[in-house]
Amino acid sequence: MDEKDVSRTAQDSKGGFEPRIMAFVCNWCTYAGADLAGTSRMEYKENVRIVKLPCTGRIDPLFIIKAFENGADGVLVSGCHPGDCHYTTGNYHARRRWIAFRSLMEFVGIDLRRLHFSWVSASEALKWVDLINNVTDEVRKLGPFAEYKGLKQGW
Amino acid sequence: MARIGVFICQCGNNIESTVDTKSVSEEMEKVPGVVFSCNYKFMCSSPGQEMLKEAIKKHKLDGVVVSACSPHMHEKTFRKACESAGLNPYRCEIANIREQCSWVHHDKTKKTGTVKSNDLTRMTIERLKRNRPLKKINIPVNKRALVIGGGIAGIQAALDIAEGGREVILVEKEPSIGGNMARLSETFPTMDCSQCILTPKMVEAELHERIKIYTYSEVEGLDGYIGNFTVRIRKKAKYVDEELCTGCGECIEKCPFKASSEFELGLNKRKVIYTPFPQAVPNIPVIDAPNCTMIQKGKCGVCAKVCGPKAIDFEQTDEIVEEKVGAVVVATGYELMPNERFGEYGYGRIKDVINGLQFERLASSSGPTGGEIRRPSDGKVPESVVFIQCVGSRDEAKGVSYCSKICCMYTAKHTMLYKHKVHEGQAYVFYMDIRAGGKRYEEFTRRAIEDEGAMYLRGRVSRVYERGGKVVVQGADTLSASQVEIEADMVVLATAIVSRTGADTLAQRLGIGYDRYRFYNEYHPKLRPVETVNAGIYLAGACVGPMDIPESVSMGSAAASKVLALFSADEMAREPIVAGVDKTRCNACWDCLVACPYSAIEKEEVKNRQGETVRWNARVNEGVCQGCGVCVAACRSKVIDLAGYTDEQVYAAISAF
Repeated sequence: MDEKDVSRTAQDSKGGFEPRIMAFVCNWCTYAGADLAGTSRMEYKENVRIVKLPCTGRIDPLFIIKAFENGADGVLVSGCHPGDCHYTTGNYHARRRWIAFRSLMEFVGIDLRRLHFSWVSASEALKWVDLINNVTDEVRKLGPFAEYKGLKQGW
Repeated sequence: MARIGVFICQCGNNIESTVDTKSVSEEMEKVPGVVFSCNYKFMCSSPGQEMLKEAIKKHKLDGVVVSACSPHMHEKTFRKACESAGLNPYRCEIANIREQCSWVHHDKTKKTGTVKSNDLTRMTIERLKRNRPLKKINIPVNKRALVIGGGIAGIQAALDIAEGGREVILVEKEPSIGGNMARLSETFPTMDCSQCILTPKMVEAELHERIKIYTYSEVEGLDGYIGNFTVRIRKKAKYVDEELCTGCGECIEKCPFKASSEFELGLNKRKVIYTPFPQAVPNIPVIDAPNCTMIQKGKCGVCAKVCGPKAIDFEQTDEIVEEKVGAVVVATGYELMPNERFGEYGYGRIKDVINGLQFERLASSSGPTGGEIRRPSDGKVPESVVFIQCVGSRDEAKGVSYCSKICCMYTAKHTMLYKHKVHEGQAYVFYMDIRAGGKRYEEFTRRAIEDEGAMYLRGRVSRVYERGGKVVVQGADTLSASQVEIEADMVVLATAIVSRTGADTLAQRLGIGYDRYRFYNEYHPKLRPVETVNAGIYLAGACVGPMDIPESVSMGSAAASKVLALFSADEMAREPIVAGVDKTRCNACWDCLVACPYSAIEKEEVKNRQGETVRWNARVNEGVCQGCGVCVAACRSKVIDLAGYTDEQVYAAISAF
């Protein structure tokens, strides 16, 4: 696992650090918004890998831990705006869970700048582009998530 | 070991220009479980699909990953192709390397796009490995429909469904069907007499062998899900036996007491035993219990004495009936904003200030004045009438922010009706804008202004008050930039159209959404305008928002066609993306039940052989479940999973990251 981490982190050409971002998005708003960014031929940082779920309400906080465990330097969760959920209230569940999870992460000492939450609708391609660029820049500044990897070695 | 085939699409140059599909294909061959991999110019084309099918057969593939455009584009296409090659369609997954890769990363060296495509495809392969074949779920459909609301939209829906060969239950709150349209005099833009076009439809609905009408009844509750609803209907006591009553009307004639008529909007009185209007369907009177001295004090009983068939029954009570249906059409219509709050217009205080629907009654030949325009206070024929538009509409501060849509048209119609009946009379209209979008609508308003002599004044009215038997209207004419004062005999307010009182309560009973004005929400305002979030419940007419008769009728027919499509098969097939419970491990904490937005989770009792309850567990009703997965994340014991998006699949995808 560690070897894989090293090989992938070093993938950038100039030898600088390129963060790996995992995005958990809902099928109806954010995934479609990301599609629209493509259809509109916008450009954004390539660091993100999307995992599509039906609804942000489906997101188990353990998914986020698992992402970090697999070498993500930052995690993004994004779904429909409040009130727009395809499943009427799934995003409210996600939001409530997120708030509790976030404070737990803070408690255990994870830098919250590695965790991002957003609402991106199916028409907000530009917001998606900005979001990815901003999250990537912020996480790049933080550097590789060495603390987590260190933690794992301690076990 | 899995036997997975990977197909990388070049999409002409759409993908190939920034992704080296050949290299991706070669890379994927190294992934354990992949037995075949290739790239191709256009996977979605017929030759592309043929190649896919052949590869499935030739290499005995048990799973397929297509790296191409967004699954929102061609997932269905490829799943169908797989199905025709004998592979379970849900064993086909799409990796999105166009919209979310080649189109957004413009690196012409292809390096960025290739690396990312590798990752996305690999994640999808791992996800697919943990994927189980799924079967479409079949749900039996009870082919009877419930229509709530007997206005024109509901009548149209009921007639269309019945004509389509299915039974319909039509529930109407009032003693007669007909709704607001029955109140109208003539209709724009053709000036058809409303009753002349409506009453035949009402009679047709009454006589139709497949339509059962419950008047004076309300929906108390709805259980179940698409195809299998149980509805509880409260039949309010009419105190008249519907089987025995012949509709002769003797009781109405002899009843000595009167009360204000709801149908005439307070412009006239009716008897305490009454039908709302002469053409009522069904033609069976009801007793207005709060005003009946026999029911309240035990004195009178004249109606019972004169009734030949002995149909009067003072002991009758409300009755709850249950009906089983497969689909519901909600068509509860609208009402007008109670305008007492518009003190500056004198409504409710000045007798000769009335609203648009009251004017309809004055103009109607079956109305309180027999079709003569006479003002309510003294019965005088008004020499001038002022019509004020946008009363409450487009006025966030005092009313509602939306446009009530039909007022411009009916006000133009009112000015014409007035002119046709009072030739020497003068109509004035205060308006904000004229909104006459619709077939022959603009021509109609032009006719009112140019041919029928209505004086249109662009501006708002500040005050309406009485002076010497006249109603004085003060307002602004912004086109001539002057203040105007008109001494009129009568004022008609085009008050805002609002949702029915109690619309929110009904929505909660049905589990459908509504907006801040309590108008019902469509599933999608443009593409699914007659569906609701609760599958099997459809919308028609002005309960969705202000609309005119042609729109309400179209929507009624549209809802009916949705119902008939649902009823066209004995069973309904639906996507198998639903949650399931591992019942052996469920500890019945009911977190899932609380979280579920659709009430799709039920409590299941487990009994031993002695019939004693040994434990409880959760069960997912597959007919109701929409597959959001909120319950899965809520479950503490991790015993609920979502087919197609199982925890295992998601973890596999994350691990391949």
